[in-house]
Amino acid sequence: MTRRKRTQLAVEITAAVVGIVYLLPMLWSVIASVTPASALLEQPLRWIPSQLDFGRYIAILTPGGVGETGAGFLEAMGNSLFVAAITVTIALVVSIFGAYAFARLKFAGRRITLALFLSTYMLPQIALLIPLYFILNQLSLLDSRWGLILVDLALVVPFTLWILSNYFLTVPEELEDAARVDGCTRMGALWRVVLPSARPGIVTAIMFAFFLAWDEFLYALIFTSTYASKTLPVAIAEFSGRYTTDFGLVAAGGLVAALPPVLIALAFQRNIVSGMSAGAIKG
Amino acid sequence: MNLSRRTVLLTGGALAAAAVAGCSVTGAPAPAATTGSTGGKLSGTVNILLMKQAGWTEDDWAGVITKFNQTNPDITINPTFVAYEALHDKIVAAAAAGTFDIVLMDVIWPPEFAEKKMILDVTDRVPANWKTEMLGGALQAAEYKGRFVGAPQVPSTKLFFYNKDLMSKAGVDESSIDSWDAVMTAAKAIKDKGLSKHPIAWSWAQAEAVICDFAQLLGAYGGTFTDDAGKLNFNNDAGQQTLQFMVDSLKSGISHPGSPTFLEDDVIKALQSGEVAFGLNWESTFRDLNDTKASKVAGKMGVSATPTGPSGKRPGVNGAMAYAISAGSKNPDAAWKVIEFVTSREVQDPLAKSSMPNWIASFSDPNVVKINPEVFAACKVAYADSILRPQVVNYNKVSAILQVEIQNALLGSKTAKAALDDAVNQGNDALAG
Amino acid sequence: MTTRTIRTPRRHTSATSQVQTRFAWLLLAPAILVVFGVILYPLYRTVLVSLFDVRSALDPSPAFVGLGNYVAMLSSPSVWASLGRTLYFTVVSLIIEVTLGLCLALLLNAPMRFRWLFRTAIVIPWALPTIVNAAMWKGIYNAQYGALNAVLYQLGVIHDYVPWLSEPWRAMNLVILADAWKTTPLVAFFLLAGLTSIPSELYEAAEVDGLGWWKRFRAITLPLLVPAISIVVVLRTVEAFKVFDIIYAMTRGGPANGTAVISYYTYQTAFSDQSFGIGSAMAMLIVLIIAILCMIYLRLIRSSEMSLL
Repeated sequence: MTRRKRTQLAVEITAAVVGIVYLLPMLWSVIASVTPASALLEQPLRWIPSQLDFGRYIAILTPGGVGETGAGFLEAMGNSLFVAAITVTIALVVSIFGAYAFARLKFAGRRITLALFLSTYMLPQIALLIPLYFILNQLSLLDSRWGLILVDLALVVPFTLWILSNYFLTVPEELEDAARVDGCTRMGALWRVVLPSARPGIVTAIMFAFFLAWDEFLYALIFTSTYASKTLPVAIAEFSGRYTTDFGLVAAGGLVAALPPVLIALAFQRNIVSGMSAGAIKG
Repeated sequence: MNLSRRTVLLTGGALAAAAVAGCSVTGAPAPAATTGSTGGKLSGTVNILLMKQAGWTEDDWAGVITKFNQTNPDITINPTFVAYEALHDKIVAAAAAGTFDIVLMDVIWPPEFAEKKMILDVTDRVPANWKTEMLGGALQAAEYKGRFVGAPQVPSTKLFFYNKDLMSKAGVDESSIDSWDAVMTAAKAIKDKGLSKHPIAWSWAQAEAVICDFAQLLGAYGGTFTDDAGKLNFNNDAGQQTLQFMVDSLKSGISHPGSPTFLEDDVIKALQSGEVAFGLNWESTFRDLNDTKASKVAGKMGVSATPTGPSGKRPGVNGAMAYAISAGSKNPDAAWKVIEFVTSREVQDPLAKSSMPNWIASFSDPNVVKINPEVFAACKVAYADSILRPQVVNYNKVSAILQVEIQNALLGSKTAKAALDDAVNQGNDALAG
Repeated sequence: MTTRTIRTPRRHTSATSQVQTRFAWLLLAPAILVVFGVILYPLYRTVLVSLFDVRSALDPSPAFVGLGNYVAMLSSPSVWASLGRTLYFTVVSLIIEVTLGLCLALLLNAPMRFRWLFRTAIVIPWALPTIVNAAMWKGIYNAQYGALNAVLYQLGVIHDYVPWLSEPWRAMNLVILADAWKTTPLVAFFLLAGLTSIPSELYEAAEVDGLGWWKRFRAITLPLLVPAISIVVVLRTVEAFKVFDIIYAMTRGGPANGTAVISYYTYQTAFSDQSFGIGSAMAMLIVLIIAILCMIYLRLIRSSEMSLL
């Protein structure tokens, strides 16, 4: 075995150990979610349950009436998907236009505008909570998914704008110039030249936007009240209050709630690094 | 970000200029001149804010609403359930917008909500018979300064739950555990026999839960929260003995060391596992302990009123709640109609497994008592005497201070006396401010 | 924070630049609308409320107190204590996340087969929603059935289950650990992005010169990673200083206020105590401190002359 080969093997073993150790907490959640409730309370704990209990998943995913375990969970899941999907879509469209302006056009106030966008990131959500409540109330957008989309957009857009602006800068301007010589308008060039070459950046922006919208908790906690608009983080927080008597149920609910972002992360993981390296780091 | 400083200054300047021009401060909509009546209109939607834990379950509510609509088809009840921990903040956030017509309020909130004019005075609506036919403890949760600011939901206090199985294995007689001294002796016997490592579990997390347990013990030691002038005085001898009892029981390992992180649900879980013999908790706990799906001790549990302390008394902490009509309600008459219905005997009695009824007569009605005989028997004793947490406007602030100081004592970072002195000083400052 | 990364576009004549300006604002209008349309008015309200003695959202005419709320806030020991805890949370989080994140990034950048598998393992925690993460770790630390107790008990490290979240300082550290578990992958990916942008010729040259691994790391990797580290530090500082969700879901500030960070205390002051005036002043204080931290960072980075920022 060459030295290089030996090093590689050592790296692989380290990576395997680190990867497994890193996932242990989640592994336990998975086990707990299928261990019968009373077996979870045993001391010493038996790590491999003698029987598997998928009842919690069935209970959660069965549309249930008031008072049943699954009541509201699917609705909350639907709300989260709706809010995240629309927020991501709008944020992306809005940011693509804005990012193009930042990356390609010269105009007075460009830097200060970008700085203003980024500085909104410093605002804690609590600073806006009460006035936003009044505004949403006046617009009849309390306990509404569109109300959540409205406030989530203000959190998400600065981030996507930042990622995309930086990524667009890395797309060679010559490509665009060539397209415009061929008769493309600026928008045509954006659509046909810049966007296709900016795919990793766009994918990264989608990921960040989806995670932010899916994760958002405080606004949803205060602005929603029924399952007409309640999102998963709020449902899970209430879940763990109501069912602390069965951790397995909390684990099962949490794992189901984590599924969409995890799937997105798995699908797009290859792009994360390229999207970020060109977008955020290099400049 | 060399621009951000300029940015900050610019933004700041613009906002300051705008502030001078501003008129309404909070941006809250101007409160409608409400008389608390809509001329007897009894239709439309009534939004109710309720809680998920303890008491009636969401299932119970679904049944109640169906029943209500059989006689009141024109009123739609729209319930919203949130966790108790989120209830107060939700009421506060929704107050100005009038999102909810009826809110469920804890016995500790009427001064705050009434003084800030968040809820309506309903004294004129309350039937005369309530005063005489409802339990005093339940009424307390709806009253402020001699006026009704709500309607009693149900009475509530913390009962004492014990594992008969562990007791008989340790040779402890069920009838002997009538006082905290006897409970501690029994617990020690159970611990010494190795039947349980830590025989008592408490809900002493930094939350209202620890105040409830403290209140109940304070009552057993003959103490009170405030003196006649309304000043906090729980750093007196009784208060110190109470807190010392809590600290000692934790130090000796009789109490579960996880207690300072437990809420009521964790105590239920500890009892359900059979690892713990004793616990204080709300009435509906008995239902959860006998739930064979989650509980290993179904059928092995007993329940009684809280044990007596050195004072010979056993007041239970008043944990009743009340329905209040929010000041912003656009449909107060229909809301009151709903309240009348859900506080009536016909609705409350059948749900006695989840919550005791408001009505004195229910307690001597064999048809009602047989629904939940053990808890009725315990409550009959428990409701006879109660201790009320301070009825002050900024109760939450006082409570938060006391929670932290009790935990400081439990952790051993302060003596019981120092912790209570600090709590009383800060608390009285908060009351004055 | 990355205004410098935007290169100035090539010069144009003033006529085209006027057209460009109008076009640029047109393109930016939707973004400005959805962000500042939502933020500016509420922010103005909050600043206004911080100057009045507002104790109820229903109060139509609260008293103007000028900077009174700010004075009250700054003279409150609880505010300073919670600021101290927030600073502790921020600093310890950053140290853990950057150290661990750098190790993970180096590992991810090393030659190996099945890299995607390792990357998958690392990316999953980041995708977990904060509230789910909090509920999971709360279960792991649980005094009655927690996995941490079960592991240590069965390994013979402890002889009795430990209530891990029952002591203030320990609880804070364990909350930080739970938070870092989720956020370290993000840091690792940012740093990995920085690593992959370092030209491999530099390493080859260094190897020819006979430099060992550590020396190569010190001479090439670390200096060239400064921009990536800077961005991560700024991002994570802002996030950590605003931390709220995980505290709300795991400890609610307890035990004995041990995890009561400034955001949580602000929420409590505004909503639980209904001291909206002081609560708003505290929110402004958070903004101010974050802004100052960011400026200090950027000054340091710029003066080090190693940055692309």
